[in-house]
Amino acid sequence: MSAVASIRPDSWNFPLFLHVLGAMILVGAVLTGASVLAFARGDTRMLRLGYWSLLAVGLPGYVLMRIGAEWTASREGFNDEGVSAPTWLDTGYFIADLGLLVFVIALIVGGIGVYRLRAGKGAGLLKGTMVLSLLLLAAFVVAIWAMAGKPD
Amino acid sequence: MSFDDWILALHVLSAFAYVGGLVLFWILIVAVRRTDLADGTIRMEPVVKVGNASVGIGAGGTILLGIWLAFSVGGYNIWDGWIIAALILWFIAAALGRQTGQAYMQGMNKAQELRGAGETGPNAELLALNRTQSGVVLHALTTIVVLLILADMIWKPGA
Repeated sequence: MSAVASIRPDSWNFPLFLHVLGAMILVGAVLTGASVLAFARGDTRMLRLGYWSLLAVGLPGYVLMRIGAEWTASREGFNDEGVSAPTWLDTGYFIADLGLLVFVIALIVGGIGVYRLRAGKGAGLLKGTMVLSLLLLAAFVVAIWAMAGKPD
Repeated sequence: MSFDDWILALHVLSAFAYVGGLVLFWILIVAVRRTDLADGTIRMEPVVKVGNASVGIGAGGTILLGIWLAFSVGGYNIWDGWIIAALILWFIAAALGRQTGQAYMQGMNKAQELRGAGETGPNAELLALNRTQSGVVLHALTTIVVLLILADMIWKPGA
């Protein structure tokens, strides 16, 4: 069946709403973090703002997205024994898991970068965080496309 | 994937761009509240442009591709209650978003004016403009309306 033609049972809607809302917050925070870090030009306040966008907004967004994902998957029966997940769901899980790893690395690298800023050292590590954020954004576009279009 | 599935994927990506832009502006709204320097305010301008592009592409993509889907997908019609509600809410969000932008541009314009006059120190008037209460309220209302559209798209009441 075409993805667009599907109507869900009502009990799936709230978990899905939380999942999508969390994902949107995550995407917005990563977009902000990458943009602010890209345009900071060495300004300490902007560099800190970019990092804290990822930590204080992006991380809660990821948690909400993931809780909503698990809740929705369980409602849809994908977590039941013997049920094989469709490709689009596997794609979503793969990007979410790998994305978390990259996100945590970006946060650790950025955290050290912010700490080094206090000591008057350079912002090189935060540039690394910016690059990882841009990679995450690209991966999120693929995940959103897969989750929405549901390719076979 | 059918052609309509591709359009749906792009429609959802547009929605993410729209809400992602709103999240970006929330972060800037919080950050600019502590900014009383012209340079500090102006430094945010390129990020504002990213937000404007995200909201613009997102808002345009959601409405155009959404209307396409309403006509193209069997079982849905443009006059369905939940689709009409979404269209009305979209126009309300667009109008509120425009006013929010105008409220915050006053601070950016003041910062440009101060820089032009060579005033680089803290400025109380600039701080007051950056802390615009009406701007916060308008952005909060925009966010609420967009979240209502999201809820409408997920629950599809009456579909």
